[in-house]
Amino acid sequence: MKKYIDQGKNDTRSGYGAAMTELGRTNPNVVALCADLVASLKIQPFIDENPDRFFQTGIAEANMMGIAAGLTIGGKIPFASTFANFATGRVYDQIRQSIAYSDKNVKICASHAGITLGEDGATHQILEDIGLMKMLPGMTVINPCDYNQTKAATLAIAEYEGPVYLRFGRPKVANFTPENQKFEIGKALMLNEGTDVTIVATGHLVWEALIAAEKLEEQGVSAEVINIHTIKPLDEEAVLKSVKKTGCIVTCEEHNYLGGLGESIARVLANQHPTPQEFIATQDTFGESGTPEQLMEKYGLNNKAIVEAVLKVMKRK
Amino acid sequence: MTVRELRLKSIFLRKQLLKYIYHAKAGHTGGSLSCTDILNVLYNKVLNVDPKNFKDPDRDRYIQSKGHSVEALYVTLADKGFFPEDDLETLCAYGSNYIGHPTKKVNGMEQNTGALGHGLPICVGEAIAAKLDEKNHRIFTLLGDGELPEGSNWEAFLAAAHYNLDNLYAILDYNKQQITGNNEDVMRIDSVKEKLQAFGWEVREVDGHNIEELIEALNNGPFKVGKPNFIIAHTIKGKGVSYMEGNLKWHHGVPSDEQYEMALNELNESQSLI
Repeated sequence: MKKYIDQGKNDTRSGYGAAMTELGRTNPNVVALCADLVASLKIQPFIDENPDRFFQTGIAEANMMGIAAGLTIGGKIPFASTFANFATGRVYDQIRQSIAYSDKNVKICASHAGITLGEDGATHQILEDIGLMKMLPGMTVINPCDYNQTKAATLAIAEYEGPVYLRFGRPKVANFTPENQKFEIGKALMLNEGTDVTIVATGHLVWEALIAAEKLEEQGVSAEVINIHTIKPLDEEAVLKSVKKTGCIVTCEEHNYLGGLGESIARVLANQHPTPQEFIATQDTFGESGTPEQLMEKYGLNNKAIVEAVLKVMKRK
Repeated sequence: MTVRELRLKSIFLRKQLLKYIYHAKAGHTGGSLSCTDILNVLYNKVLNVDPKNFKDPDRDRYIQSKGHSVEALYVTLADKGFFPEDDLETLCAYGSNYIGHPTKKVNGMEQNTGALGHGLPICVGEAIAAKLDEKNHRIFTLLGDGELPEGSNWEAFLAAAHYNLDNLYAILDYNKQQITGNNEDVMRIDSVKEKLQAFGWEVREVDGHNIEELIEALNNGPFKVGKPNFIIAHTIKGKGVSYMEGNLKWHHGVPSDEQYEMALNELNESQSLI
């Protein structure tokens, strides 16, 4: 199996912050907004270097989304950032009406998504945001897997015209994708070719999928691992091509199984190539306090759970 | 355009919007009649917008937050030549671009609106953008009194003052009524002037059906350098058609043949007195 090396744990939100610093220097059209979470979103360097291009909205997320929509005039590219639950559920109507329906070039950049937010607990652990955002016509939904990829994705969406939801997280996680990679929106990445099962993963679960594939290899199972960083538009061809070879699939995400990546893939498979599928996702529950590792274990979101799901789905072929 | 001509234009626009609501059998009649004079003055005396060059980056911006009163805006834009008036024969019909709330598919519309409490935050963004680009154009929005309880408006009131947006003009179509009843009974918003002053806005109060007062207020900003501008326009829902005035039934009401004729007769009579 192809080896992936953790270059040193880092948080995906810092990848966002680093890209914002770079965009501050390279793209004068980029402006940033934040609802009182500057430190958490790692954008202080952007603000220090571009004080005139940063707009603090205070704890008023609905207003931030509206202001971002208005700021698009004159070719500006607003990056509106806060925690994922405040960036989606709290302001759904603003995003729906003022950004998506109005086709505004706003980048909604959301940190602390999912269960790995950890200790702060259920109020802040949104597990519904992918579903909320992918249902909006015209919205692009991206969930990169590590620091390097989040940085690359942030740079890439500045070049893309249209509304984007960029989802990333709080904890320091393995950083294993190439530095200075080129990020192609909507293009799945083949991480390991295999023949017995397809594992597709998004966000923090990609690293867990790679560990699971290594463990499976020791058991004689050849797992194909695909990183789906863009949930919408979905790289349907990559998924179909893989399952036609392997005959079964496990989808992995830090999100409710309702409305997530797994459901998007199930739709494609049901339409075009019915395939046994298992879902690594939260089971329609809210979260709770704990360390990311404890919660990933409890909610069945780690490599151990993926291995079990693979063994189960292979029996259904 | 003289004040007299503008008064005549208001009558014309009221007749037009009633005509298309009557034909479409749909529309927000009372609120459209309430803001007709405001839109008339904006488009014929205040806004720097050119139907032939609508995308001019230096144009003034008008975003109608109370999107449901779109019929008043449609007839005003048609009259200015943004699109052929005949297009409005498809108002609210299947396949038409002239739907029940503002849409950018229609030439002259800046923004899709309709869900309430959205217009002002967008205008705050546009006003910041204008300052950032060192542009001198102004940004106007029209708020309904019924939408003031939306919290996003109050978030935007704070932000507009925080960013010293003296290029921003929010006009309140203050007819004191909304779909369920009087503001007073649904949700009190009283002391609007004092509230907005406390939020850091410079406030003017006008009779929203008095052309001269509207011109005076809308053309003489900023009222104070560094402060956003708020214009309370006291209005009457259903203004110009006596049986509709202040009668909640006409929030979304469509006139019958007989009622339509009565309305036209009254407006024609008003026209003859100008």
